[in-house]
Amino acid sequence: MIRILQYLGKSTRTSFTKLGRATYFLLQTVSGIPSVLLRPRLLLNQLYSVGVLSFLIITISGLFVGMVLSLQGYYTLSDFGAEESLGIMVAASLVRELGPVVSALLFAGRAGSALTAEIGLMKATEQLSGMEMMAVDPIKRIVTPRFLAGLLSMPLLAALFSAVGIIGGQIIGSGLLGVDEGAYWSQMQAGIDFNDDIINGVIKSVVFGFVTSWIALFEGYDAIPTSEGVSRATTRTVVNSAFSILGLDFILTALMFGE
Amino acid sequence: MQHTSTQDTLVGLFVAAGILGLFFLSMKVSNLSSFVAEDSYTIIARFENSGGLKVKSPVSAAGVKIGQVSSISFDPKTYQSVVQMNINAQYNTIPTDTSASIYTAGLLGEQYVNLDPGGSEEYLHQDSAIEITQSAIILEKAIGQFLFKSAAEKK
Repeated sequence: MIRILQYLGKSTRTSFTKLGRATYFLLQTVSGIPSVLLRPRLLLNQLYSVGVLSFLIITISGLFVGMVLSLQGYYTLSDFGAEESLGIMVAASLVRELGPVVSALLFAGRAGSALTAEIGLMKATEQLSGMEMMAVDPIKRIVTPRFLAGLLSMPLLAALFSAVGIIGGQIIGSGLLGVDEGAYWSQMQAGIDFNDDIINGVIKSVVFGFVTSWIALFEGYDAIPTSEGVSRATTRTVVNSAFSILGLDFILTALMFGE
Repeated sequence: MQHTSTQDTLVGLFVAAGILGLFFLSMKVSNLSSFVAEDSYTIIARFENSGGLKVKSPVSAAGVKIGQVSSISFDPKTYQSVVQMNINAQYNTIPTDTSASIYTAGLLGEQYVNLDPGGSEEYLHQDSAIEITQSAIILEKAIGQFLFKSAAEKK
């Protein structure tokens, strides 16, 4: 009995200290933003490896998700003779939910895991301590550019995901299933509101970008500097990112779209 | 430096594609393009029952959308529903004896306000009210009346 309590107390204590370290880490990262903006080359390199290299997986997944939505939506809607509402159905689900969420999950798997492994390995091979020895702040030099790149790429990737998905839905809907193309677009424009839907989708994706990059970088920075520690940290990044994205999505949706 | 300039190009391409995606979403997918820089004036109509009418429901005349509902409120004195509508400024020749009715698009579609122009020489302007109105048809009421009537006929 005492042992169970002891275990509970210990895990509470460690999770609090970890949260504290993560918050401190975040503050340090954010305080490095001005010095990174003075050297945009660092940011550009990271935008390339975080954003550009995720471009392909995001657009292809977006295309397929849009096509599947259109196909499945059509079967249900045609039961009620409401095929014309296909456009609004595809667009609303993509812009509000699937665009930000699925692209953030893909982003965590594609870019987040890579960030954790990279930084964890830098720590394991003592490159980070080497930098400190040369009086270079590893947070400003290594972490902040990656953080900013994640924060900037995520809304762009989510917007691309939704846009490509809507086009994919249109290809299937009016190309294959025979939904009127004009109805597809006009129902969409009548139903999607710029402030309520598009802006909220962008806010969601910024929040997800922030959380995913934070988790990925912190897990890498906090990893036990062995090969096993890095592998565990990478797993934790993907798992924790997925949990936070889905949990935050629920909260954000309840806040934004609740009446 | 070949490598860096390729990277620059790719990052530029990525950012441009992302912004293009956002632009596409706001212009082609959402309703942003339909109310950019539109002047409008507000008119009021009082209905006995505004049914399922909502804010942003369309206002149309002869089947063409000329504005949208901006607010719906309940008047505690007359027990009527007060519907405010924003009408596009370009349609400024709507006669004062126009009648407003609430119709449903299709059998189960959304409700909208339809304006039937009258023959007056005077036109509606900012804050003027439409006098002749016809309430929304409540399906349950109509079915109830129909059943009652057919039961009465059988006797």
